Amino acid sequence: MMLIPCPWCGPRNEVEFHYGGQADVACPRDPDAVSDAEWARFLFFRANPMGAFTERWMHRAGCRRWFTVRRDTVTHEIRPVGAEQERAVTV
Amino acid sequence: MSGSFRLAEGGRIDRDRPVAFRFEGRDYQGCAGDTLASALLANGVHQVGTGIRHGRPRGIASAGAEEPSALVQIVKPFPEPMLTATTVELRDGLEAHGLPGQGRLAADPDPARYDAMHAHCDVLVVGAGPAGLSAALAAARAGARVVVADADTEFGGGLLGSGELLDHAPAADWVRRVTAELARGPDVRLLPRTTVFGHYDGNYLVALEDRGPDALTRQRTWHIRAREAVLATGAHERPLVFADNDRPGTMPAGAARTYLHRYGVVAGRRAVVFTTDDGAYPAALDLWGAGAEIAAVVDARPEAPPFWARRCAEARIPVLPGHAVVGTSGEEHVTAAHIAAFDPDSGTIGAADPQACDLLLVSGGWNPAVHLYSQAGGPVAFDGAAGAFLPAGSVPGVHPAGAASGLRTTAQCLSSGAVAGVQAASRLGLEAAAAPRPETDAHPVPKGRPLWRVPDPDTEAPGARQFVDLARDATVADIGRAVGAGLTSVEHIKRFTTVGTGHDQGKTSGTLSTGIIAELLGTDPSEVGTTTFRAPYTPVAFAALAGRERGDLYDPVRVTAMHDWHVGHGAPFENVGQWKRPWYYPRRGEDMEAAVLRECRAVRTGVGMQDVSTLGKIDVQGPDAAAFLDLVYTNMMSTLKVGRIRYGLMCTADGMVFDDGTVMRTGENRYLLTTTSGNAAHVLEHLEDWLQTEWTHLRVHLTSVTEQWATIALAGPRSREVLARVAAGIDLDNAEFPFMSWRNGAVAGRRARVCRISFSGELAFEVNVPWWHGRHVWEALYEAGGPFGITPYGTETMHVLRAEKGFPIVGQDTDGTVTPQDLGMGWAVSRKKADFIGRRSFSRPDTARTDRKQLVGLIPAAGEGVLPEGTQLVETRVLPEPPVPMLGHVTSSYRSAVLGTPFALALVRGGRDRIGQTVYGHVGDRLVPVEITDPVFYDKEGARRDG
Amino acid sequence: MTADLYGASPLAARADALARHSAPEGVQGVRIAEVPFTAQVALRVDPRGGAAERIGTALGAALPGRPGQVARTDRVLVLGLGPDEWLVVGSEGTAPELQDTLTAALDGAHGAVVDVSAHRTIVRVSGPKARDLLNTGCALDLHPRVFGADQCAQTLLARAAVILLCRETDPADFWVFVRASYARYLADWLIDATEFDG
Repeated sequence: MMLIPCPWCGPRNEVEFHYGGQADVACPRDPDAVSDAEWARFLFFRANPMGAFTERWMHRAGCRRWFTVRRDTVTHEIRPVGAEQERAVTV
Repeated sequence: MSGSFRLAEGGRIDRDRPVAFRFEGRDYQGCAGDTLASALLANGVHQVGTGIRHGRPRGIASAGAEEPSALVQIVKPFPEPMLTATTVELRDGLEAHGLPGQGRLAADPDPARYDAMHAHCDVLVVGAGPAGLSAALAAARAGARVVVADADTEFGGGLLGSGELLDHAPAADWVRRVTAELARGPDVRLLPRTTVFGHYDGNYLVALEDRGPDALTRQRTWHIRAREAVLATGAHERPLVFADNDRPGTMPAGAARTYLHRYGVVAGRRAVVFTTDDGAYPAALDLWGAGAEIAAVVDARPEAPPFWARRCAEARIPVLPGHAVVGTSGEEHVTAAHIAAFDPDSGTIGAADPQACDLLLVSGGWNPAVHLYSQAGGPVAFDGAAGAFLPAGSVPGVHPAGAASGLRTTAQCLSSGAVAGVQAASRLGLEAAAAPRPETDAHPVPKGRPLWRVPDPDTEAPGARQFVDLARDATVADIGRAVGAGLTSVEHIKRFTTVGTGHDQGKTSGTLSTGIIAELLGTDPSEVGTTTFRAPYTPVAFAALAGRERGDLYDPVRVTAMHDWHVGHGAPFENVGQWKRPWYYPRRGEDMEAAVLRECRAVRTGVGMQDVSTLGKIDVQGPDAAAFLDLVYTNMMSTLKVGRIRYGLMCTADGMVFDDGTVMRTGENRYLLTTTSGNAAHVLEHLEDWLQTEWTHLRVHLTSVTEQWATIALAGPRSREVLARVAAGIDLDNAEFPFMSWRNGAVAGRRARVCRISFSGELAFEVNVPWWHGRHVWEALYEAGGPFGITPYGTETMHVLRAEKGFPIVGQDTDGTVTPQDLGMGWAVSRKKADFIGRRSFSRPDTARTDRKQLVGLIPAAGEGVLPEGTQLVETRVLPEPPVPMLGHVTSSYRSAVLGTPFALALVRGGRDRIGQTVYGHVGDRLVPVEITDPVFYDKEGARRDG
Repeated sequence: MTADLYGASPLAARADALARHSAPEGVQGVRIAEVPFTAQVALRVDPRGGAAERIGTALGAALPGRPGQVARTDRVLVLGLGPDEWLVVGSEGTAPELQDTLTAALDGAHGAVVDVSAHRTIVRVSGPKARDLLNTGCALDLHPRVFGADQCAQTLLARAAVILLCRETDPADFWVFVRASYARYLADWLIDATEFDG
């Protein structure tokens, strides 16, 4: 049971969260300016590294905020990233 | 077997509290404090069951959880399959019998209660032996919140069974003092009878507590989140592998020592001790001191340890260095050990000489219980001197200590436990110091020499009776066959031979098999490694994991404010997500089909009412609310006027239909959305995702209000008349209150919002009142509708009515691969908006194909019944050879009162171009002709919605 | 009369089952009772803006700066639920005036004020064993030093999403806010949980 640091509610059990997959997959600003292949890449292609992975979670049972963490997919060690880090609170 | 093997005194059992029990149909007596195994041994019973593959007699082969062979089925006080006799606490009236390697589930349901408890602590100490207690003491004295869990009925671990002195007094005195001090701590929780069986991410450890016969719950699963974990889990003594090493009466030397000191039981009258490790000597001497005859200490090493050899000489115990036990005699019990000269370097053995005995003690060294450490991600490495895998490297917040980290003496264990406790507390910022270590016996640190197997004198079938895993009846010969077949990975060999796959998960056989594989491959055990140490450490009943989440509490049941009314009116319920929705309301003598036809007819010709409170509701507010909704719906929402309602369709970015519902504009900057019942939470998450991460510039707030409102649909040509009777203040006239608009007002004296929305095509209203008033307003409408024959209807009728109108249900007629265009709902896709979620995907080559599966109607040929939902459709009257080209499948299918025929909706390849064609539904072994039609079957002009 | 004004609370149908548990002495050291019909208003506003400050002034207590914190006045409890989200809880019947107060203080600034009084009901769980009982289905650390008086958390209790509010630590007194549709499930689960022994 991973302990995931919600930047707002503090560390909580994994079951309280919804997984959002790879972070920083930006929706193309002008969808019409990208090719079908590029659009498909945005829709369907995600990294699956062994090791450090920047990924999104949403605190479903808590504050419903989306946030980004860096998780080692081997050890499940999790570090907060992004602006939320500075505002991190502990319960 | 005559006489008792129980000593007149000594041990931690209570001779004044005899316990009567029954085993294999015979009555016996033990003492309070016994395990079933110790009580059997006290009565001279060694054989417990038989082996799983060869049916050979099997006895008690340990004194703890590592037991590979003494499997019993408990009959009373409650049926439990397949426990180990060494861990069953003896209780009055216990009735059990031995097993042939596997048990049987009881046929009767288990009436016991099981529950769960969540706990948090600074330091969790697993194991309450010398290391664990020292760690707990150091952490508790530093002010940490401490939990101590130990599988045994009392704390002390190995100290209870070793007869050692601490500070010149029995070690149990020290255990009692430390336990008492811990128990006084304000933030210390002591959990005896509790096995920590899994170590998961972030120091989340799960344990099973046996709560004894008097507790309200039989077992409790503990979920413990520890900031630091001290793993003082001890070690298991390793057996030795030689021919016929499975005979009852054969057990590890340390187990016999435990039976002696803990239970006052001398497991035999005349023992042979076979060892490659110094640790067997004190066991031999202790048994000798208790009156047993020690026929010989057979040491496979070329030289016996001088310290212990001297002690044996004083006791006149023969010591035979450079010898090995190469076989045994006996049937249900060992009667002799066959001793031969042995050179461990060359592997040569001499002629065997049988030595009579009724107890054969073995010691091949010790395997630290590294299971939890390994589960926590800790690496283990083979240590040649110890002949075992020891914790290596480090895991933050995890501290192996004592015998679990490979230490051998009590002094070492006490010290390492204290160090672990201090380290754990220090990592938490607490000031900690180790308490003075109690004085221990001044014995030398035991040494050993790994011996994976003794040469087999049997040259015809070598290794076939040399047992490696008693639980699986796996032998050296089996491993030889696996290696001979070309397997080199320990994981593959495990699966080939089943070594380590028994109830004990190879606690005593794992390292042995690694050693034997290494020998056979001519490599080092460190190269072979171990199999994975998976949770659970010991078997756990599913009932214990389920806890109280069974029966009615298995999963939440969500109900509406009107639920009891539906129950009172005989409705069966349909599960929609976690919601219970009334399915239909049968009258006396009606089956489902008759009830649904009657309900449908009532709505089409009179008036019906339905509880639609389960629809998800989301309040949307903010200056950019309109812009936001234009982005998330495929159709335009910004042009909706306050007071009006619009149907809305949502797609995901891949252009597939995700949800639908209505959008009500309740203010200039405020909307109320509805979602499908089962999808409300997902829609909110989807919207928050885009709002929080993609469109952070939009000033919009979303609030779930699903349960704020109870919602009642009133549908049918007479619905206006019914509503008028209880909503006098609202002008219900078509002109004043047109289709797809809403008004506030009082309904049955309660503040309400009334909408003109129809999901049936008929004139219809939806009345929203605060949840508290739902039941009152429902009953008021039911009463007002009395003169019009108002008919409550359920989800089945709602489905038929909407299907007659060709309205798809997201999740039933769609499955995540269906676009709005596929549904024939291109009209709901804006061509004016610059962008919205999913728009770009509509022009992807795959999405733009014209031969995609499209929603169409189906009418089965005359005389055919209702097509089962899911029916596959094919083109030809006769099935061609496989693979059969499939056209699509039926998504919704009903009998229609107004159409007078069964009908269906289906997704069909290029379906709209096939309207008028006949295709075939594969039903059972028949092909049923069906005509493809427009999906709108009824009131194509939409003339009925205004009444 | 309450019944006329407010209809039926979500746990009215469990009144019989709860009667024994709602008595002052409770069952197994835990008292379980519904606190129905409280006024509850969801508030969303930028915590850094002037509107948040005006709302604090109007309520008589600054909006709690962090989720999990609770502000208390004579009139209301303000539960911090998210970085820009609060639940304002007042006594029965005060929802309209609370909404007016909040809307007036917003004064046209971007924010949201939504009446959610009927969306959730409250189950009060109190008594010396309340903490243990909650921990049979709640994974949070409820130790008084960790989750003390005037702290709240959105979390899971059994399989229901709840807002947990600690009102007092000794003897323990919790309010469990639960959505109306889940209220019976949660009450049944809590009643079942009292068949335990610490």
